[in-house]
Amino acid sequence: MNIIVCIKQVPDTAEVRINPETNTLIREGVPSIINPYDLHAIEAAIQIKEKTGAKVTVITMGPPQAEDALREAISMGADDVRLISDRAFAGADTWATSYALYKAIEKLGYDIILCGKQAIDGDTAQVGPEVAEFLNIPHIAYIRKIDNVSDKSIKVQRLMDEGYDVVESQLPVLLTVVKELNTPRLPSLKGKMAAKKAVITKMNINDIGAEEENVGLKGSPTQVKNIFAPHTKADRKMLQGSIEEQVDALVGELRGLKCV
Amino acid sequence: MRIVVNIEKCTGCGQCIDSCPFTAIVLKEGRAFINEYCQFCRACLSICPEGAIIEIMEEGDIKETDLSSYKGVWVFAEQRDGNIASVAYELLGAGRRLADELKTELSAVLFGSTGEQAQELIKWGADKVYHCKDPIFEKFNDEPYSMLLTNLIKTYKPEIVLAGATPIGRSFIPRVAAKVKTGLTADCTALEIDKDSGNLLQVRPAFGGNIMATILCPNHRPQIATVRPRVMKRGEYGPDKNGEIINVPADGITCRTKVLDTVKEASECMVNLQEADVIVSGGRGLGDTKGFKMLEELAELLGGAVGASRAAVDEGWIPYSHQVGQTGKTVCPKIYIACGISGAVQHLVGMQSSDIIIAINKNPEAPIFNVATYGIVGDVNEVVPLLIKKLKEVKQ
Ligand SMILES: Cc1cc2nc3c(=O)[nH]c(=O)nc-3n(C[C@H](O)[C@H](O)[C@H](O)COP(=O)(O)OP(=O)(O)OC[C@H]3O[C@@H](n4cnc5c(N)ncnc54)[C@H](O)[C@@H]3O)c2cc1C
Ligand SMILES: Nc1ncnc2c1ncn2[C@@H]1O[C@H](COP(=O)(O)O)[C@@H](O)[C@H]1O
Repeated sequence: MNIIVCIKQVPDTAEVRINPETNTLIREGVPSIINPYDLHAIEAAIQIKEKTGAKVTVITMGPPQAEDALREAISMGADDVRLISDRAFAGADTWATSYALYKAIEKLGYDIILCGKQAIDGDTAQVGPEVAEFLNIPHIAYIRKIDNVSDKSIKVQRLMDEGYDVVESQLPVLLTVVKELNTPRLPSLKGKMAAKKAVITKMNINDIGAEEENVGLKGSPTQVKNIFAPHTKADRKMLQGSIEEQVDALVGELRGLKCV
Repeated sequence: MRIVVNIEKCTGCGQCIDSCPFTAIVLKEGRAFINEYCQFCRACLSICPEGAIIEIMEEGDIKETDLSSYKGVWVFAEQRDGNIASVAYELLGAGRRLADELKTELSAVLFGSTGEQAQELIKWGADKVYHCKDPIFEKFNDEPYSMLLTNLIKTYKPEIVLAGATPIGRSFIPRVAAKVKTGLTADCTALEIDKDSGNLLQVRPAFGGNIMATILCPNHRPQIATVRPRVMKRGEYGPDKNGEIINVPADGITCRTKVLDTVKEASECMVNLQEADVIVSGGRGLGDTKGFKMLEELAELLGGAVGASRAAVDEGWIPYSHQVGQTGKTVCPKIYIACGISGAVQHLVGMQSSDIIIAINKNPEAPIFNVATYGIVGDVNEVVPLLIKKLKEVKQ
């Protein structure tokens, strides 16, 4: 069995802030990490590998420095990795990203493809389902538990608004995973050694056999028009006086609103 | 397209370097240089005081596609167990506004459910409903949903398609966008029509809610967006409104997944959270689980539900289903009472459209006061019990 995991290198968004005066991102010293949801996808792949002897290949599309993310994946136990990188891929939106990933995955062969629920920079959650559509295979999003995997089918729990669905699918299938699925393992010493030594295989636009008009900015139907700081309305009314007086004033307001 | 630096004008001041979200600008020989990490986000264009950063159009940038044959605004009306999800009515409110502005029709698309529910969509503002009653749509599976919606889009060519940013909408709509080859903007919180071009301006949070982005899909149709529940207002309900229902067959629709079981495990409170008129929410400032007992009492007095910040959920004081914000629920009650919550942007995006916001926090500088209608600077352990006592007195 072949398992492909798609990962993305992202800025650690917990630390990204916007400068309200200039409307630009302050990215000073923000570290790059593997998208947190993708760590759960890697962990799920390795757990399936431990049960079935499957081969786990981790891929990412990104600039040359995304190699670091792939080395981290190797240290967690990935068998093989691919860096899909080409100047022509720059500026890709989810359509063009999914297209390039699909072209690469087609070359690699697959039974199960795992993605994170969403990437924390774009927060779109679109790449997984779009890749599945391009490959013309089913997908199940928001997986919180994998009940059963066989050569032909898989049974999983899919998180919904009011609970979860138990869903079965034929293989090949693409799954996107949420954090409840598992706890990603830390790299082992052996893994770290392997990561250090690994030669990272790159795939460019010709290797994946993609047409130029479908990748990067050219292949992207959406455009970012502008970015700005989230604004907050400011109509604050600080209540005055002692705590007791303030609470009295509030109770008065609440009565005025007919909620008591 | 390329973004380049006019080195004649560049003074090497470096302001653009800080503005780049992708660290794609570096100083080379005292001049700014844009390297291969550029994602064409244009953030640097307006920053340069010399106007030295410019956008260059290249051949093939502007595709001549015939967009004028695409007409009308569509809303995908999601159903669960046959009942229409409330986000569908909110989308009809937003869709009506966009359709009126574009002087075009508003249609709803309903898969599964009954003719009666289709009528409801008309009363909430749809001129037309495309309805497929086939039982294959009873349970949600991505393939049949995306196949039929794709077919309908190819046949009827709407210019805008809106769906809820729910587990269902966010799962199958990307397949539609991939197939039709058009843009899809996820999780929008505002939608406007650009007066000059007639394009849809789609506003959404990114980077975990730290920034907002306006997204365009200028050269492809339809323009598709998923919209976050609870941010758009419902339109007017017209019990006597008339519209057309077009029954569509499910010919050639297939499915390779199967829903074996549906398990409901949402607690009462969680359902209440999104429907409640009053929400009493607690953050790290509450200190412990006992603090939430106190909020429950307050919520009960006001006939409301209990919410929480992520910090309180992470502490384990209350289950995740109560979390409000970017990675929790978006709520829009009449009254939102924030107790011991600092007001981080990720929390604010989930509650700032509440009609009235009351903030109780001991730090007068807490950002929550910037969105508060009424603010009390004080210790929650003092203010909340007092508030409970006074409310009880009033009630007697
Ligand atoms: C990608 C991402 C997604 C996120 N999603 C969410 C989300 O969905 N929802 C969310 O809420 N957060 C979210 N966060 C986290 C968010 O950034 C904040 O960390 C969080 O909201 C802080 O919660 P808090 O206000 O309860 O805690 P704190 O920031 O610690 O604030 C506690 C407040 O309580 C006050 N206080 C302390 N003691 C008392 C007292 N005795 N009486 C009165 N006041 C007191 C303090 O002055 C302080 O203002 C997200 C973060 C990231 C990076
Ligand atoms: N550039 C990329 N390379 C590889 N995988 C990606 C890339 N972008 C997104 N993904 C995968 O798609 C998921 C959803 O990403 P997104 O649609 O950007 O929110 C991520 O969790 C990854 O698994």
